[in-house]
Amino acid sequence: MKWFDYATPASVGEAVGLLKTHPGARLLAGGTDLIVQLRAGRKETDLVVDLKHIPELNAIGYDAAGGLTIGASVPCYKIYRDPAIARAYPALIELASLIGGTQIQGRASLGGNLCNAAPSADSVPLLIAMRATCRMTGPGGTREIAVEDFCTAPGRNVLQPGELLVSLHLPPPAPHSGARYLRFIPRNEMDIAVAGAGVEVVLDDGKFRSARIALAAVAPTPLFVREAGDALAGQPVNETTIARAADIARAGAKPITDMRGTADYRRHLCGVLTRRALEAAVQRAREGKR
Amino acid sequence: MHNTVRVQTTINGEAREFLCEPRQSLLECLRDVLGLTGTKEGCNDGNCGACTVLMDDRVVTSCLVLGVEAQGAQITTIEGIARGSDLHPLQRAFLQNAALQCGVCTPGFIVAAKALLDREPNPNEEQIRLWLANNLCRCTGYDKIIRAVEQAAEEARA
Repeated sequence: MKWFDYATPASVGEAVGLLKTHPGARLLAGGTDLIVQLRAGRKETDLVVDLKHIPELNAIGYDAAGGLTIGASVPCYKIYRDPAIARAYPALIELASLIGGTQIQGRASLGGNLCNAAPSADSVPLLIAMRATCRMTGPGGTREIAVEDFCTAPGRNVLQPGELLVSLHLPPPAPHSGARYLRFIPRNEMDIAVAGAGVEVVLDDGKFRSARIALAAVAPTPLFVREAGDALAGQPVNETTIARAADIARAGAKPITDMRGTADYRRHLCGVLTRRALEAAVQRAREGKR
Repeated sequence: MHNTVRVQTTINGEAREFLCEPRQSLLECLRDVLGLTGTKEGCNDGNCGACTVLMDDRVVTSCLVLGVEAQGAQITTIEGIARGSDLHPLQRAFLQNAALQCGVCTPGFIVAAKALLDREPNPNEEQIRLWLANNLCRCTGYDKIIRAVEQAAEEARA
């Protein structure tokens, strides 16, 4: 690795100041992407800014009225050990448990996964489906955007120079709602998604009140397929309506062929994973387990 | 122009202080600066788990941690697993079950498995395999490793 200096700001303001004086600085949360990229020479920097000493980037906060706030550098293992998240957002527990393996989960954060902006990022489709928003702070102040608007291209996102992701926010779980992320990989653990589908459904008396569906690894960014979820709104919960939504999701995918799978195979996976994720989310909503 | 950094940390229960460059991984610091060569370098990119150590309450691959991040942390390496010449039940079970051949992955497996048993004294096979999915072994085919962890768990409960 090339030489760099290292800073541990204690506040968001201090971090923003460092980004201003060091435009080439890189932000470090868990390092499971950044350290690999620096070592391989895919990224260079003169300053690594470690975000783990900033309280609000490392906190989890939940209340039933306001929802959930996850600091941008909170590692996965803290998410799946959090009893409030386990009760209110069980799909997030599964999500944090399937990224990498135990060691990666000890370091990797959802915020880092989002900022790295890989098309295959496992955490992003579910965050989109669960209506998560991003809070970002920079020299111009603080702004919030929806997660589906954050990634702009492989490895690229909307963060402006000097701006950093502070936290992710999820609204409180709606009554009779359920969420699920499913991913296909050729082994059980430790692999990059060939395709993935994250969904959330809200049920109302045997019908879908609303649904949101997003896909991984089938477009240059994590892909929100709004029309697939919208097609379920007001429809009865049954095989036919779920199959139709899965067809729309499959049609919305824009995959490429690479060493992990062909475009055709990925499209097929989108249909299957969307259907199964919807079925699982419906089950969860009916059981009141979200 | 570039400065080295002084890091104060606790390794295997002992206060340690060392100088490192910010670009050095915790793995390099353990092996090359502190002479703790029990922790092995495998892939050096987080995939193989050979360099696994405990950092505070979590399991990490030390190749993906900067040495400077160890400031103020509690680190446990393979050297801290045995009590003097008294092997940890996991170490005994690995020997008795021949759960190693070349041995490069073994320190990582043992450190990771210890963290599992500390959290879950009675893991089933699936839990063990899932927990150790970030540790690769190219010699044993894993089965002997799983049996060794099961045996150590059983012994620790007895």
